[in-house]
Amino acid sequence: MAPIIEVDRLTKRYRKATENAVDEVSFTVDPGTLFCLLGPNGAGKTTTISILTTTLGPTSGQVRIGGHDVVTASSAVRQTVGIIFQNPSLDLNLTAEENVRFHALLYGLYPWRPTYALMPEAYRRQVRELAGVVGLDNEMGKQIKTFSGGMRRKLEIVRTLLHRPRVLFLDEPTSGLDPQSRRSLWDYLRQVRAQTECTLFLSTHYLEESEGADHVCILNHGRTVALGSPAAVKAELAQERLVLDSADRDALRAELSRLGLRFGEPAPYQVTLDGQTVQQVIKAIDTPLSLVRVDAPSLEDAYLKIIAKEVEA
Amino acid sequence: MRQVSAILAIAQRDLVKFLRDRGRIVATFIFPFIFVGIMGTSFRYSFGRSTGFDWLPFIFTGVLAQTLWQSAAMGIISLLEDRQNDFAQEMFVSPISRYSIVFGKILGESLVALAQGVGILGFGLVLGVRFSVGQVLLLLAAAVVICIFGGAFGLLMISFLSSQRAAQQIFPFIMLPQFFLSGAFTPVALLPIYLDVLSRLSPMRYAVDLTRDLFYSGSRDAHRVTLAPTTFNLLVIAVAFAAFMIVGTRLFVRQERNR
Repeated sequence: MAPIIEVDRLTKRYRKATENAVDEVSFTVDPGTLFCLLGPNGAGKTTTISILTTTLGPTSGQVRIGGHDVVTASSAVRQTVGIIFQNPSLDLNLTAEENVRFHALLYGLYPWRPTYALMPEAYRRQVRELAGVVGLDNEMGKQIKTFSGGMRRKLEIVRTLLHRPRVLFLDEPTSGLDPQSRRSLWDYLRQVRAQTECTLFLSTHYLEESEGADHVCILNHGRTVALGSPAAVKAELAQERLVLDSADRDALRAELSRLGLRFGEPAPYQVTLDGQTVQQVIKAIDTPLSLVRVDAPSLEDAYLKIIAKEVEA
Repeated sequence: MRQVSAILAIAQRDLVKFLRDRGRIVATFIFPFIFVGIMGTSFRYSFGRSTGFDWLPFIFTGVLAQTLWQSAAMGIISLLEDRQNDFAQEMFVSPISRYSIVFGKILGESLVALAQGVGILGFGLVLGVRFSVGQVLLLLAAAVVICIFGGAFGLLMISFLSSQRAAQQIFPFIMLPQFFLSGAFTPVALLPIYLDVLSRLSPMRYAVDLTRDLFYSGSRDAHRVTLAPTTFNLLVIAVAFAAFMIVGTRLFVRQERNR
């Protein structure tokens, strides 16, 4: 199947800036998958999403969404995508329903009518359904001002899904939410994915959110530092380590050195596997061991390592 | 059809926001109250006899035009506010034409200005300005033209400005001189050449003069208070409107994308 998002050597330099905010970034995203753009603050995530969603022009490079070029066919791209911005883009002076209606009218889903009651029945039914899904049944007539951060986020997602986008962009959707709201938002996003076959493109600096992604792209200072499945990125960037200890630490230390293994001190010793399996290493050791543990790196380890490496460089 | 729905949705949002903001409603009437109520009435009694025309309707029509024009222009600043609140993104990522966004915004702010205009008409009546039903209808027609013209001017201004803060700092320098150059409060028929040139360059002048042309049409004071014929004012407004819209929209959209 053809990729739904194709990014080829995308570069963006802001006016008066001396460095590229996004620098020769390339990747593709398959339809129906969850793609995660990961990176620290200022890595270029929002810039990338802004270009992919046509609100910002690229300096060079090509981006196609659903086969449409973001520069030459921006209107077709806008019809194809939905966006949840980093900063909520709801109008606080309007009610929840008025915000939803505004979106429906901008996307040409229904004709304009002056009030909710005069809007077509199909619209009112859709609003009732969506309100039910996010548990805002009795809140749709209230002004957004009174809503919690989590409720606002859900309302934004509901609103964006109204025009059935093929790709849903979420720019750090859970930043600023409490853990409970974050979890319930994720439950909802999983539900959305299952029901709509929508491709999700997410940017985040929360690592645990990217563990469930099909593909991860790690950005730092505008450049791609890792790209692939979370497992591949982990394998590439942080190796598994074997942690060993013994009652006779001197003997173990001597033996590890003799076997030519790299290990970290002080004890317990962290042995780098360097292509060998855990079993091969254990088999080669004669010193009685008091501790054997395999440390699998989390994506977070890999990520922090990359960031640290970049800082050193 | 879709563009029309989007334009109406954008316009309705501005009007709804205005009607829900009691503080703003009160604030918009303070200025006309000071100018028509205090300045108009005091000029009427101090200069009325020597100038040979009634100052109250003169200032009333000036303030009406000035309020409508300025309110629509200033209202467009809310596009900058939206941009800072990230609400504009919701509009700018939607598949509607950029011209529809701008047009919806101008229509919305024009409706807000018209709501204020109706208030000023009532206020003038209370103060003793007398007008016929025919005059009211003519004033309403002028009001629509002035609001849309003011909105286009606001668009041109914000297309050069990056933030609401910048706009609020610069607007007084653009608006205040026009109060006096446009003839809203004082006659500008006899000015030294350098002020006359500036007056003719003030867009607000044509809004004020158009209002007086229609209000005073057939009156014996007409030649004392009006400057140019209706058709001339309409022509200037039409040309300026087209120029403001084309340049303003182009610049604004480009500024949005080429940051």
